Amino acid sequence: MAGKLHFSLVAPEREVFSGEVDQVDAAGVEGDFGVLPGHAPFMTALREGPVTVRDGNRTRVFEVKGGFADVTPQGLTILAEQASEAAAS
Amino acid sequence: MASLKDMRNRIGSVKATQKITKAMQMVAAAKLRRSQDAAQNARPYAERMASVISNLAAGITGEGGPVLLKGTGRDQKHLVVVSAADRGLAGGFSSSIVRAAKEHIETLQAQGKQVAILTVGKKAVAPLQRMFPGQIVQSFDLSGSRTVNLETAQPIAEEIARRFEAGEADVVTLFYSRFKSVISQQPSRRPLIPAAVEGEAAPIDLGGAAYEYEPSEEEILETLLPRNLTTQVLSALLENQAGFYASQMTAMDNATRNAGDMIAALTLSYNRQRQAQITKELIEIISGAEAL
Repeated sequence: MAGKLHFSLVAPEREVFSGEVDQVDAAGVEGDFGVLPGHAPFMTALREGPVTVRDGNRTRVFEVKGGFADVTPQGLTILAEQASEAAAS
Repeated sequence: MASLKDMRNRIGSVKATQKITKAMQMVAAAKLRRSQDAAQNARPYAERMASVISNLAAGITGEGGPVLLKGTGRDQKHLVVVSAADRGLAGGFSSSIVRAAKEHIETLQAQGKQVAILTVGKKAVAPLQRMFPGQIVQSFDLSGSRTVNLETAQPIAEEIARRFEAGEADVVTLFYSRFKSVISQQPSRRPLIPAAVEGEAAPIDLGGAAYEYEPSEEEILETLLPRNLTTQVLSALLENQAGFYASQMTAMDNATRNAGDMIAALTLSYNRQRQAQITKELIEIISGAEAL
């Protein structure tokens, strides 16, 4: 399946990121994980840590504090207590 | 009849009032835009949260499940959270919320339920104190904080959760004003506990696949539900704030227009009186001259 993954990162105050991407890596409470398009439905709590979004050869990193990741066939949603984009690396 | 000088003073004071209401209207309009944006930006989070919870709730069957989601199963003690404004001069904004809450509380009391009230915002306190003396268990005053954010909602949500866990309430309902549009705010009721699994957030079709949870389903729900409570409170506060400014803007717009009408009427009668006086003086001079 060569589709894209719909990813949205939402904080209580605003939607931080929303769009189609290739891959998202995040830090779950039971270990880091990566999500590719077509991932099985999956839900986990998140640790404090970076969320890396890869799209083509572009990479964006967000600092996320507390929250949940929810993977459905429609895409990945991260509900974060606090989220902000880390300084460009 | 008032003297000309009195009327001049009167016109001057109405003009001063008009300037104030006009300024307040413009301030409210500017703040409205900001709080409307804030309310809008908070919506995706609340919506996702609702759909995640309804997803989880659908997965939990039979007995058990967290009480925050299902309630205690009893329906005797009610906690009514009334969230109104902190300031006045906004037309019937706060009183319409209080009225909606009052109707609800009276219905509950007629059914013999125990009702405790928790208020948010100064303007809810006095009328509810009068109507239901001694039933306000706690009041939150938000007039100190300039913006509404997660830190504002957190203590309120924690207090609600604490009272619920202490067995002081079986059912928690929140009253606030839903921001429909700039000209329409609707006093609304939102059940907090048991959590309302909203019908609009349709469970996501998983295509037959099973959900995997890390850690377990229960543990996720346990941390998610208090957070959902905070989110619900926050979104109500944000809607309230937007509604308050919209209501204030409308009220001040009306006040400015009324002041304008009043100035026109006063100026008219002032001019009439002035002319009448001039005419009278002329007659006196002419008849004085004729007498000579």
